[in-house]
Amino acid sequence: MDQHESTYKPGSRTAKWWDERLPVMRMMHGQFVDFPTPRNLNYFWTFGGILTFCLAIQLVSGIVLAMHYIPSADLAFDSVERIRRDVNYGWLIRSMHAVGASMFFFAVYVHIFRGLYYGSYKAPREVLWIIGVLIYLVMMATAFLGYTLPWGQMSFWGATVITNFFSAIPLVGSTVVTWLWGGYSVTGTTLNRFYSLHYLLPFVIAGLVVLHIWALHVAGQNNPTGVEIKTKSDSVPMSPFAVMKDLFALGVFAMLFAWFVFYAPDYLGHADNYVEANPLVTPPHIVPEWYFLPFYAILRAVPSKLGGVVLMFAAVAILAFVSWLDTSRVRSTKYRPVYRWFFWLFVITCLALGYLGAKPAEGVYVFWARIFTFYYFAHFLLVMPIVGLIETPKPLPRSITEAVLGKGAGAGSPVAAAASPEKR
Amino acid sequence: MIKMTKTSSIALAGAMALALTSAVPAMAAGDGPEIAKKKWSFSGPGGHFDKNQLQRGFQVYKEVCSTCHGIKRIAFRNLVQPGGPEFPEDGVRSLAATYKVDELDGNGKVVQRPARLSDRFPSPYKNEAEARSIHNGANPPDLSLIAKARGVDYTGPIWYHPVSMLKDVVTGYQEGGADYIYALMTGYKDNAPAYRRDATGKLTEVAETSIQRGDKTILRCVSVEKVAGKPDNCTAMADGMNYNMAFPGHQIGMAKPISDGQVKYTDGTAATVSNYSADMAAFASWAADPTHDQRKSLGWQVMLYLLVTSILLYVAKKRLWREVH
Repeated sequence: MDQHESTYKPGSRTAKWWDERLPVMRMMHGQFVDFPTPRNLNYFWTFGGILTFCLAIQLVSGIVLAMHYIPSADLAFDSVERIRRDVNYGWLIRSMHAVGASMFFFAVYVHIFRGLYYGSYKAPREVLWIIGVLIYLVMMATAFLGYTLPWGQMSFWGATVITNFFSAIPLVGSTVVTWLWGGYSVTGTTLNRFYSLHYLLPFVIAGLVVLHIWALHVAGQNNPTGVEIKTKSDSVPMSPFAVMKDLFALGVFAMLFAWFVFYAPDYLGHADNYVEANPLVTPPHIVPEWYFLPFYAILRAVPSKLGGVVLMFAAVAILAFVSWLDTSRVRSTKYRPVYRWFFWLFVITCLALGYLGAKPAEGVYVFWARIFTFYYFAHFLLVMPIVGLIETPKPLPRSITEAVLGKGAGAGSPVAAAASPEKR
Repeated sequence: MIKMTKTSSIALAGAMALALTSAVPAMAAGDGPEIAKKKWSFSGPGGHFDKNQLQRGFQVYKEVCSTCHGIKRIAFRNLVQPGGPEFPEDGVRSLAATYKVDELDGNGKVVQRPARLSDRFPSPYKNEAEARSIHNGANPPDLSLIAKARGVDYTGPIWYHPVSMLKDVVTGYQEGGADYIYALMTGYKDNAPAYRRDATGKLTEVAETSIQRGDKTILRCVSVEKVAGKPDNCTAMADGMNYNMAFPGHQIGMAKPISDGQVKYTDGTAATVSNYSADMAAFASWAADPTHDQRKSLGWQVMLYLLVTSILLYVAKKRLWREVH
């Protein structure tokens, strides 16, 4: 898989037999046991493991829900209520799946912002980052498809609004929409195909996750200093060090997860989705789930339909290009005194767009949505290239060991002296 | 250097927590009337249904609401189950027998038989068309999910909104539906608010107590809109509608459903509209979430398990990393 050699030693004759034929244990040992992990990772680096846990929860709970759910316009809503009321622990499984979607996005947003802050998208991790953006995109598609399945009012009207985006495509737009719907409006036919795709896409995500981890294990993990591992003292073996830290973080995350599942299962949802879908009654406000709100705000900030749709997709797509938009020589924002301010402005922008996405598209809300949409794109297209060129970064530690143990600790290393990328 | 990392880490964590809580669509729509949060026995993580209240709520439902509203997702057996009204089984069995449900006989003919515990409550109507023809075109909603299908909009100042949302998460506020039902049932007024038009065309609300009988200058408005350069616009209530403080738009088709003394409670609870409304709201909350009590009690066990596990993992992690740092 990479330069790192597995130190696996088969412990029994059977293990040795296997190792000579299919060295899967050797690979697992090399990648997940003695894999060198930077010793200075903070808790933001535990979210990769947390996300794997989220995917597993969604897959397992989803497969069980699929045993009871009926994808039909007449029965879908009732079948979800049957699950909540009459299936043994159905309320728990359904709640875990619904809350789990939100937790998945919460964790992925922490993960993405961590990558942006510490420059994890920079060389040699461009492919790793782009696979991550693809995972995020497929996650969004899966979540959208899944949200239509309970067939409540917000499911139905959300599906109607989102699929209508495609009608903005010039010339073929309405044909594409008819093809997506399987008819001339959102119907049970649409629901049935959405269900099929909702079952398919998580496995696509799982495949992309394998590639994501593969790419990660080729380049190795980034770390808060952004300085690569140079000597053995810069790293610790993944197991038990990183694994134990990940498990603790997972325990804390599971508590947050459980709090929503048991004490606020409906907090992250919309009351209207407990009303069965009715094509004849439009809800007063059609709003997507919270994790889509910033993009919804961008969509509605643009006065033209096509322009709004293009900008909304561009808002996700632009993430794939940050490796080349960021011109800074140093990775970590920790050593970037100017960019740091813009980073936090970007975080505020995303929160503000989220707030505005939940508000009706009128008056002062549209004005602010436009301001923040402008900054959203300006951050990538102007701030990232320009600040990287004009900023003088703070001096980097010569090695991870020095960053952890203080000056002098890693100075004996011959490679450390060559590392001063902040000096042009 | 390390201190700085800590600060920015905490800031990033804070921002993420805010992102999770600050963007909740249901709470953020913000154009409904202000509705007070009531203290319920089933509020918060330690809450559970009061079975006496659920029994009274069912009595209100059966004697009053059920004339027009169904509860199709509730089976008679649910009334016996733990965490619900917990009526004695024999009583519910004979209650069920007073309802008739359709069944096919051996010759393929539809016949009616008395309902059993496993049957769900039959609808008060044959179908939606019948419901609409009886109710002037309106279809009274089924009440088995109404407590989850309604909520309370945030109406406070914008700066307090994130705090309020965080508070709702921490306190596990899930009783918006119950609060709304209570506010709706107690929110009826005989008339829309009274306004008087001054010489400039501006409408000013006047207190009911200051109105003389037969005062022709009084206007009754459901809503008042300012129009630039013109007298204020008064929207009068439509025919056959009723004024309600809690209902969005304030015009509701349902007439005031209940008055003091209408339902005779047998447990000494005062027969007031306020008590009827609270009991009905509690009953509707249970009907929408019959596994509520099970959920909250299992929740504590899971939380405790996770807490102890996390502490142990933390101690193990600390000991392990001591040799590294």
